[in-house]
Amino acid sequence: MSAETPAIEVRDLVKIYSGHTAVSKISFTVARGEILGFLGPNGAGKSTTMRILTGYLPATAGEVNVCGVPVASCSADIKKLIGYMPENNPLPEDMRVSEYLHYRGRLKEIPRRKLSLRIDEVLELCDLTRVRHRIIGKLSKGFRQRVGIAEAILAEPPVIIMDEPTIGLDPHQILIVRDLIASLRGRMTVIISSHILPEIEMTCDRVLIINQGRVVAAGTPSDLRREVFGQARYHIEISGDVLVALPAVLTRIESSLLIAETGEPDAAGFHKLVLTTTREEDLGATLLPALTTDDRFRVRAFHRVNPSLEDVFLAATRRGWETVDAPVAGSK
Amino acid sequence: MKHFPTILSHEIRMLLVSASTYIAAVLFLAVMGFIFSGVLENYSAAPQETSPAAVFFQLFWLPVFFMVPLLTMKCLAEERRLGTLETLLTAPVSTAEVVLGKYFAAYFLYLLLWASTGGFFYILHRFAGDARFIDLGPLMGGYLFIAVSGLLYVALGVFASSLSRNQAVAGIVAFTLLFAVIIGLRFVSTLEVLNLASMEQLRAAVDYTMVFHHLDDFTRGVVDTRQLLFYVSGTVLALIFSILGVEAKLIHS
Repeated sequence: MSAETPAIEVRDLVKIYSGHTAVSKISFTVARGEILGFLGPNGAGKSTTMRILTGYLPATAGEVNVCGVPVASCSADIKKLIGYMPENNPLPEDMRVSEYLHYRGRLKEIPRRKLSLRIDEVLELCDLTRVRHRIIGKLSKGFRQRVGIAEAILAEPPVIIMDEPTIGLDPHQILIVRDLIASLRGRMTVIISSHILPEIEMTCDRVLIINQGRVVAAGTPSDLRREVFGQARYHIEISGDVLVALPAVLTRIESSLLIAETGEPDAAGFHKLVLTTTREEDLGATLLPALTTDDRFRVRAFHRVNPSLEDVFLAATRRGWETVDAPVAGSK
Repeated sequence: MKHFPTILSHEIRMLLVSASTYIAAVLFLAVMGFIFSGVLENYSAAPQETSPAAVFFQLFWLPVFFMVPLLTMKCLAEERRLGTLETLLTAPVSTAEVVLGKYFAAYFLYLLLWASTGGFFYILHRFAGDARFIDLGPLMGGYLFIAVSGLLYVALGVFASSLSRNQAVAGIVAFTLLFAVIIGLRFVSTLEVLNLASMEQLRAAVDYTMVFHHLDDFTRGVVDTRQLLFYVSGTVLALIFSILGVEAKLIHS
């Protein structure tokens, strides 16, 4: 278990449930201390992949290594390396918070004399000290979610896997959970899945988008934007001879610059246009003066569009997996 | 087996704080109290040949039918329904530890409830003032039988619970299994077919599993190792199937 081995290594993972393929040849690697976000529509295979990583479900084919230890043959060792919070965060209803953490700590083989100190620490970290003697079944969703997270990080495992840790939380609680996850960066490897895309974008170093059991895109959020859209987009509101004169002006500035969409002119005669280009650097500095100095046009608004992860997600999951799976899976 | 004590103490604790345990206990003690007072009434009406303890234990199956399902139906089915089985099995514990921990916790409670019926005999002893009422031999034999046969009954309950995520289904399956073992085999032994010469071996096997014969032997003070073996091997088998039941559900989930 040298520091060089990646925290998680997945190669050609396949899981078939009675004829239905849930996960189909997924491969990815997670470096130590990295926070990876799993994205995908419902039923894409996120939870299944996570369950296989924890050794809870056996895979149909493929290879999974956690910190260099193969999951299939050493599942007992794997369980000590992973802190896992399942989907919907199941908790026993009739236990107190501190009791539950104590029980889980004993199961995770934390020595008795360290355990109560560690529980205090985790309760503090997750802001649960106020409710430590409350019964879990009577806690609000936000507290329950944090109890789940506290449980996952209790034994300080090198890898933490959380299935939708922020589901059903209010914005303030999401902020707390996000800070909590960010505070683990560098110390622990974290895999989280989520539907809330800004969430993933803010916390994760790298994003993996899964659809129909296949990886459809992988990389940092900015890589993904580039890869999925392959072009930069500019929004412009302009009046004048848009249909005839403008394309010629644009090609003079940059040959790949095209008008992707043309809107109807509004009352003041301004069109809303969407320009696309394969050039990555910002063309605003050359484009904007060229258009404003040209007296055939009047420019009212101009900005470069940064596609959100949401757009990337929608575009990536809309693309058929046949076309994109092979190059992406091999690239990382 | 490092985690077995942790799980066992946790499970006993959870059983002791759950309402269904106390419902089972109240039902059990009420039914046993009625049975016991009924037995005593018979004895006061006319002299009887056997000791009250022997008659009392003759009816052991009545509480077993409702108490064992009530105690065990929750143990694995509820964990699976809530999803806490997933958190439990992703901690560094084996399925065997989980099943055994739950089994012995339920068995402990089963013994505790039966031990509380010892109070009836104490009251009888205290207020009857006649040592003849308390024949220590059948009493000890009866309790020993309860302890040994309980191993199998609770294991069957745990096995039923491992099959379903629904407590009610687990309870009914447990009841059916217990009925088949305690009463069903008795019906099988009355089959005419078994009297054929070619069926002699089968006849011997069925006779060997007759629960009521075991009870008679125990209360008469005969502890037959073959009978012990029947319960212990049945228990081991039921527990192995419970472990497999939990694991099979994971593979085919």
